[in-house]
Amino acid sequence: MIKDAVKIALNTLRTQKLKSFFSLLGVLIGVTFLIAVVSIVQGMNVYMEDQFANRLVGLNTFQLRRMPNFNSGNVTEDMWRAWQRRPRINYAEAAYIESHMKTPAIFSRYCSERMSLIWNGKTAKDIDVWTADAPMFAIKNFDLEAGRTFTPQEARAGQAVAVIGWEVAEKLFKGADPLGKSVTIQGLPYRVVGRIAKQGTIFGISLDKFIVVPFDAPVHRAACSAGFMDELHIKAENITAMQAALGEVQEMMRIQRRLKPAQEDNFAMQTAEGALEGWKKISHFLMLALPLLVGISVVVGGIVIMNIMLMAVAERTVEIGIRKALGAKRRDILAQFVVESATISTVGAGIGIITGIGLAFLVRAVTPLPAAVAPWSVAAGVILGISVGMIFGIYPANRAAKLDPITALRAE
Amino acid sequence: MSDLVIQIRDLTRSYVMGAETVNALRGVSLEIRRNEYVAIMGPSGSGKSTLMNLIGCLDTPSTGEYWLNGQEVSRMPDDALARVRNREIGFVFQTFNLLPRATALQNVELPLVYAGVGARERRDRAKSALTRVGLGERMGHRPNELSGGQRQRVAIARALVNDPAILLADEPTGNLDSTTSEEIMRVFETLHGQGQTVIMVTHEPDIAAHAARVIVLRDGRVASDTTGQRNAAA
Repeated sequence: MIKDAVKIALNTLRTQKLKSFFSLLGVLIGVTFLIAVVSIVQGMNVYMEDQFANRLVGLNTFQLRRMPNFNSGNVTEDMWRAWQRRPRINYAEAAYIESHMKTPAIFSRYCSERMSLIWNGKTAKDIDVWTADAPMFAIKNFDLEAGRTFTPQEARAGQAVAVIGWEVAEKLFKGADPLGKSVTIQGLPYRVVGRIAKQGTIFGISLDKFIVVPFDAPVHRAACSAGFMDELHIKAENITAMQAALGEVQEMMRIQRRLKPAQEDNFAMQTAEGALEGWKKISHFLMLALPLLVGISVVVGGIVIMNIMLMAVAERTVEIGIRKALGAKRRDILAQFVVESATISTVGAGIGIITGIGLAFLVRAVTPLPAAVAPWSVAAGVILGISVGMIFGIYPANRAAKLDPITALRAE
Repeated sequence: MSDLVIQIRDLTRSYVMGAETVNALRGVSLEIRRNEYVAIMGPSGSGKSTLMNLIGCLDTPSTGEYWLNGQEVSRMPDDALARVRNREIGFVFQTFNLLPRATALQNVELPLVYAGVGARERRDRAKSALTRVGLGERMGHRPNELSGGQRQRVAIARALVNDPAILLADEPTGNLDSTTSEEIMRVFETLHGQGQTVIMVTHEPDIAAHAARVIVLRDGRVASDTTGQRNAAA
């Protein structure tokens, strides 16, 4: 019985290709959306965690700052003004934390400003100049391609040495070996001692357009006010150590700043997770919008299938009459047409799954996003296909089941 | 007597068509015994189609009683009637009414599908029914690959496959040439000879002449009911 109905449906699809294609389109698009969006969102999740957050903030790393770096968009003007009034992080606070922290960690002070670099008469504009302590290279997990980082002596003395990013090396030196050369920043020459390997881009923004100089190098005055820093970077050994470190830093900062228990922190600690908050809101929204998107196409598809089935019932009235004359009960006819309709829409869902996966792989091929097909979305696609066909098949099937056998036999 | 297959008492059937009420049957009573061969005749509008639909349990009467093989079917709900049609009645139609996309074997299996018979038994019984009507060789053919006479044989095999109490044929030769008609009539005769009760609705006197008993309807009533000389098998 069920096998026959499935066969009839598949046969109809085979013999009436164009009509079938349109009847499948709605469910097909709906399921394609489902698979593709879920795959891309999941791929984005992986990308954001692996690439964005961990590369921008660093693994097991957090930054002590005056105010949050990556905010999720709904910052009111009042909040912003309050943040602006907060004191910056000063040397004494950083030194206190470094010397009193119980959790093993490495630290680097950090300031940055966009400046122009000059070498051999050529100028590279808008380069991020970082002033940082030597552990910064370890905190950021930088891969040194050539040369070396700062020596402790150079760092302590604030000597004019620099480690350059890959893009600076390419653009400014154009194939010449930059090591040992001097780039001019703010009128002072800095000797290039190292070059960092290419890191690539995040959302098209280069991660290689920067130069690192010792925190106390002369350019510091241009990047930060004296005695203060933009950020103190702290890296722990693992995620649990980082959690402990976060607690310690918060406590030490509150003590140093003599905050009363009722007072809020007047500093921020930026973690990779915090940086992800904005994305999480977007992905949350996408996942909320997804059922609506899928729902609309699937309902439209369901209505089309319902029409196709009504046509099938009209075309096959005599067949229904014959079946009834031979002893088919109402529920037999009902089941036959519901199964037929479910088969049609499941085929649509099947094609939708294939195109959805195809779309996900296409996105993976042409963008840096690693789209990952979620098995649950495939299962949801199949279930969706079957249930849409069944739900929208009930009305036509019921019409078929209620046909009077005599009238049905006479129809032609 | 339990030998009665059909007992009909004062059967009426009226339809409302717009403002009018059409009385298609105005009180028909008849009895048909097991292994009778009956032809129901009458001009169009005589009520013979209505009577056939009622006998075939495709319709229910307005008033009156209809007992088929010991059950009162005149007041049964839809699904119960479907069950009776499936078990007790074998239909043969003028237009054959085979499913075009199904093979001869699948067509014959159909009543057994609705009877809930398992696949293997279904196949065996359908094969033997087709063999009975002389179509053992053409079971895999679809209706459009068969001649008119062959199609009607498939339909007869389908009607027989559930061992029905009555074989009910509605103008079974109406779409066939005279040679093929004779062929089909011989099949009916053979089945009748094997003990099958046959009821045939026709307007052709020479076809009706094959039957042992001829009931003529006129204006929704039985006009005549004659058992002829060919009543040998009864």
